[in-house]
Amino acid sequence: MTIAKEKNPPVKLPNEPTITPAIVAEHGLSPDEYQRVLTIMGREPTMVELGIFSAMWSEHCSYKSSKVWLKKLPTEAPWVIQGPGENAGVIDIGDGQAAIFKMESHNHPSYIEPYQGAATGVGGILRDVFTMGARPIANLNALRFGDPAHPKTRHLVSGVVAGIGGYGNCMGIPTVGGETNFHAAYNGNILVNAMTVGIAPTDRIFYAAAAGLGNPMVYVGSKTGRDGIHGATMSSTEFNEDSESKRPTVQVGDPFVEKLLLEACLELMATDAIVAIQDMGAAGLTSSSFEMAAKGGLGLEMALDKVPMREEGMNPYELMLSESQERMLMVLKPGREEEARKIFEKWELDFAVIGHLTDTERMVLSWHGDIVANIPIPPLVTSAPMYERPWKLTKLPAVLDAAKVPAPTDWKASLLKLMGCPDLASKAWIWHQYDHLIMGNTAIRPQDGDAALVRVPGTYKGLAITSDCTPRYVQAHPETGGRQAVAEAWRNITATGAEPLAITDNMNFGNPQKPEIMGQFAGAVMGMAEACKVLNFPVVSGNVSLYNETEGKPILPTPTIGAVGVINDLSKAVGSRLIQAGISLVLVGETKGWLGQSLYLREMFGREEGAPPPVDLEVERHNGDFVRDQIDRGRIVACHDLSDGGLLVALAEMCIAGGVGAEITLPATGIPSHAFLYGEDQARYLVASPRADKILNTAAKRGVPAVVLGNTGGAALTVKGVLSVALSDIKAVHEAWLPDYMNRTE
Amino acid sequence: MKAAVLVFPGSNREGDVAQAIELITGRKPQMVWHGAGDFDKADLIVLPGGFSYGDYLRCGAMAAQSPVMAEVKRRAAQGVPVLAICNGFQIAAEAGLVPGVLMRNENLKFICGDVHLKVETSQSLFTNRYQAGQVIKVPVAHAEGNYFADEDTLKRLEDRGQVAFRYCAPDGTVDGSGNPNGSIRNIAGVYNETKTVLGLMPHPENAIEPIFGGTDGKALFEGLVEALS
Repeated sequence: MTIAKEKNPPVKLPNEPTITPAIVAEHGLSPDEYQRVLTIMGREPTMVELGIFSAMWSEHCSYKSSKVWLKKLPTEAPWVIQGPGENAGVIDIGDGQAAIFKMESHNHPSYIEPYQGAATGVGGILRDVFTMGARPIANLNALRFGDPAHPKTRHLVSGVVAGIGGYGNCMGIPTVGGETNFHAAYNGNILVNAMTVGIAPTDRIFYAAAAGLGNPMVYVGSKTGRDGIHGATMSSTEFNEDSESKRPTVQVGDPFVEKLLLEACLELMATDAIVAIQDMGAAGLTSSSFEMAAKGGLGLEMALDKVPMREEGMNPYELMLSESQERMLMVLKPGREEEARKIFEKWELDFAVIGHLTDTERMVLSWHGDIVANIPIPPLVTSAPMYERPWKLTKLPAVLDAAKVPAPTDWKASLLKLMGCPDLASKAWIWHQYDHLIMGNTAIRPQDGDAALVRVPGTYKGLAITSDCTPRYVQAHPETGGRQAVAEAWRNITATGAEPLAITDNMNFGNPQKPEIMGQFAGAVMGMAEACKVLNFPVVSGNVSLYNETEGKPILPTPTIGAVGVINDLSKAVGSRLIQAGISLVLVGETKGWLGQSLYLREMFGREEGAPPPVDLEVERHNGDFVRDQIDRGRIVACHDLSDGGLLVALAEMCIAGGVGAEITLPATGIPSHAFLYGEDQARYLVASPRADKILNTAAKRGVPAVVLGNTGGAALTVKGVLSVALSDIKAVHEAWLPDYMNRTE
Repeated sequence: MKAAVLVFPGSNREGDVAQAIELITGRKPQMVWHGAGDFDKADLIVLPGGFSYGDYLRCGAMAAQSPVMAEVKRRAAQGVPVLAICNGFQIAAEAGLVPGVLMRNENLKFICGDVHLKVETSQSLFTNRYQAGQVIKVPVAHAEGNYFADEDTLKRLEDRGQVAFRYCAPDGTVDGSGNPNGSIRNIAGVYNETKTVLGLMPHPENAIEPIFGGTDGKALFEGLVEALS
C-alpha cells in the first residue's frame, strides 16, 4: 500500500502563531528533528501537527536514546506470549491463564506534585494492564527518595504514599510489595516506579493493533480536560528551578472513574465486540491513536469536536496533547457500537464514536468539518529520530580489602544502627496505608517474605512478585549492578519456592546526552542481558525514564526490576519469618566477606567505596535451583536471601518478623567476623529447617556450599562470642525510624 | 442460606464477601446492582466494602440514597438480616439502619492490617458461633472508621447490648493500644435495636482461609448459615 498524497491540506486555526525556532524549541524538538518534520510533511506543519511530532518524538514516547540498547535484552522464552512493545508483557502461567504485567515510572510528576503524580502513576499502570483484558490482582511500588535530612523529603514521602494508597485502595487492587530507599542523589528527582500484575485467560488477550477498514474508533472514560498537556515532553527534559512552575503539566487522577472504567472494559471484553484497545497514557489521544493505526498499518480519520470535553473553549491542540486520566480508545467491530454504549452508560462513563479507520495510512484530524492535521503515519513512526549516543563505560573500581574495613567497636550498636537506618528500617508506616489484603488472596504480606505472594483467583496457584535494584552497586559498576538487580529479583522469587518466569524493567537514568550517563545505561543493560540469559528470565515489558537530573546532578542509575514467578501449590510456599523454635539455620552459598559498597561500610563509616560484590550467574542459578527444590520437598520452613546488610541483617529480619530468636556460631573460615556477618556476597540464602541433615546431604551431592550455623529459639539474636541482642531491642529501632521521622515537625 | 450482595459504583470488596459466602455455603450469592429497585428474596443482605461513589461528598452518603437502599430499608424493617461491612457500615449508618457515624481515622490516614476484636456477646445471629469475650483477629482497611455517637446513644447501645465488637489488645484488654482509628469506646461494630443489622468496620470476609489471614472470620458466616438455613 502506498501512502495517499495529501488531498486536504489543513486550515490554520484562529490566532494560530507562525512557527518560529523558539516555538520549535519549546516543543522539545532539535533543529535537526524539525528538519525531519519538514521533510516528512513536505510543508510547514500546523501547530496541532507540531504538537503531535513533539509528543511522539519525545524521549518518553519514542525511546530515541535507549532503543538501540534495549534491543540487546533477551525477550523470549517458551512461556512468553507477548514481549515488549504492547501495553504490558504477557506470560503463560499454565491452565489457560496468563499473567500480564509491567512497571512504569512517574518520576517527574511525583516530584512536582507528589499526591497526584504518584496516584496517576498507579492509575496509568493499572490501565496498561487492564487494557489487555486482565483483571489486576496486585500492585507494587519501588520508591527512591532523597536524603531524609533534605527539607523536601518528608513532604514527598507523605504525598507519594498517600497518592499511591488513595488510588490503589479505591480501585480495590491490593498493594502487596515494593521497596523504599533514601539517598541524597534523589534529592531533586525522586523515583516513583509503579507495577501492576493482572490475570487473563490466554485466549482473551486484547492488543492495540487496529484492524478493519471503516471500523469505528471509540473514545470511552473520562472527559478530556486541559491537564497534563505536554506531560510527555516535560518528562523528557532535565529539571531546574523553574520545574515547580510545571505543576499544570501534572495530571489529576480520579480512581473512582478508573474503577468504573475497569469494570466497564472487562464487561465489554467478555463479549467479542472489541477489535483493538489502547489506553490513553503519556501523550494521550496522540500516542494512542498513532500507535493503534501504525500497528495495524492503517489510516485514521477523527473528528476532534466529537471528543467529550470537560470544559468549553478547548481546541484541537489541547485535545490531542491532554493527558487527562481514565480514558481509553478502542476499535469496535462494525455495528457493535450500541451494545458497547449501553455498557459504558450503565457505568456512567462517556462513550463517543470519534472516527473510523481508513486505508490511507494518514492521520486526518478535523475540527467542525475543517481539517486541522494531516500527517502520514508510517514516517512519523519509522523515521522517528533514533540516536546512538556516545557512551563511556564506568570502570570497575578497585576491590576493597575487607581486612582494611574496621570491625565495629560495639557489635550491638552496629546491628541496631543498621536495622534502624533509613534503607533497612521497617516500611510498615508505608504499607499499612495500602490495602494489601483486599481480594483475600494475599498469602505473603509485605515484610513477611522476600517476594509478595498472591493467589491466582479461583486456583491454588500463587504468583510471587518482587521489585529490586541496588542503585549503589549500579553506580559503582553498572554492569555488575545490572546483573545484580536481575539476580536479586530472581533470588527473591526463588526464596518463596516459586519458579521465576519473567521481568519488567524500569530504567531510571540521568541525561543520556552525557556519555558517562549513556555509559551507565549501556553497562546496566549489558549486565541485565547477561543475567536474563543465564537465568532464563526474559524481559517482557518495561519503561525508560531519562533526564532524571536536577541542576545537572544525576540520580544514581536505577534499573528497577519487577519480577514474576509462579508456584503451582501455594501450600508449599515459604516466607522469611521464623516462627518455630528448635530448628536449624542453614547458610546456603559461599561467603567471602565482601564489604565493598556494603551498607555496613556506608552506614557505619559514611563510605560508598570499592567494587560491588561480583555476581556469578552460574552460581546464582545453581544455588537458587537447589533452594527452590529443597522448598518443594518441604525441607525448608523459612527462607531469606542475603542482600543489603548481609547475613546478620537477614537473620535479624527473620527473627523479628516471626518473633523467634536464634543462636549461631561463626564457622572457622579465617574471614573477619564483621566481613562474614555484614558482607554482601551474592547467591546466598539463609534457611530454617527441621531437616538440616537432608539439606546438607543433597547440597554436598550437588556441590552447593551449605553449612549449619545454629538453631532458632529464645528471645534474642546471639552470635556466639560476638553479640547477643534482645529481639525487642532490634524490633524497637527497626520499627521506630520511619514513623518518628514522618511525625517529626521541624 | 440465600445471600444478596449489593453492588454500588465503586464497591470493591463485593468479590471478597461473595467468595467467603460461597466457600462456606457452597452457593454463590446474588449480586444486586444499585440501580435495581427490587431483587430476589434473600435470607441475608450484604452491604460490602469499597468506595461507593468514590467516597465523594461523605463516605456512604450517596449510596445511602441509591434506589436499591429503599428496598433494603424496607426488608430490614421486616427483619431480614443485613451485614454491613466497612463502606457498607458507612452506608448503613448514613441510611439510619444502625446508630452512630464514622469519621476520619484519628491519624488521618488509611490503615490496613490485622486488628484484634473482642466479641461482646454471642447472643446474635452474627456471633452465635463465638463466645462472649472471645478475642478474634481480622483485618481492617479504611480511612474513615472512627466510630462516634453521642453519650445518650452510647448509653443506650451499651444498655441494650448493641455493641457487637470492640478493638482490643491481643490479650483482650480494651484500651487505646488496640484501637486503630480512635473509635469511641473502641467500638468496631454495632447492631440495630433488634440485632438483625450488624455494621462493622473490620473484614471478617478476609479471614476465612488459613494461609490468607487466618480463619477467625469464618464463624461469623457459619453462624449466619446455621441461624438462617
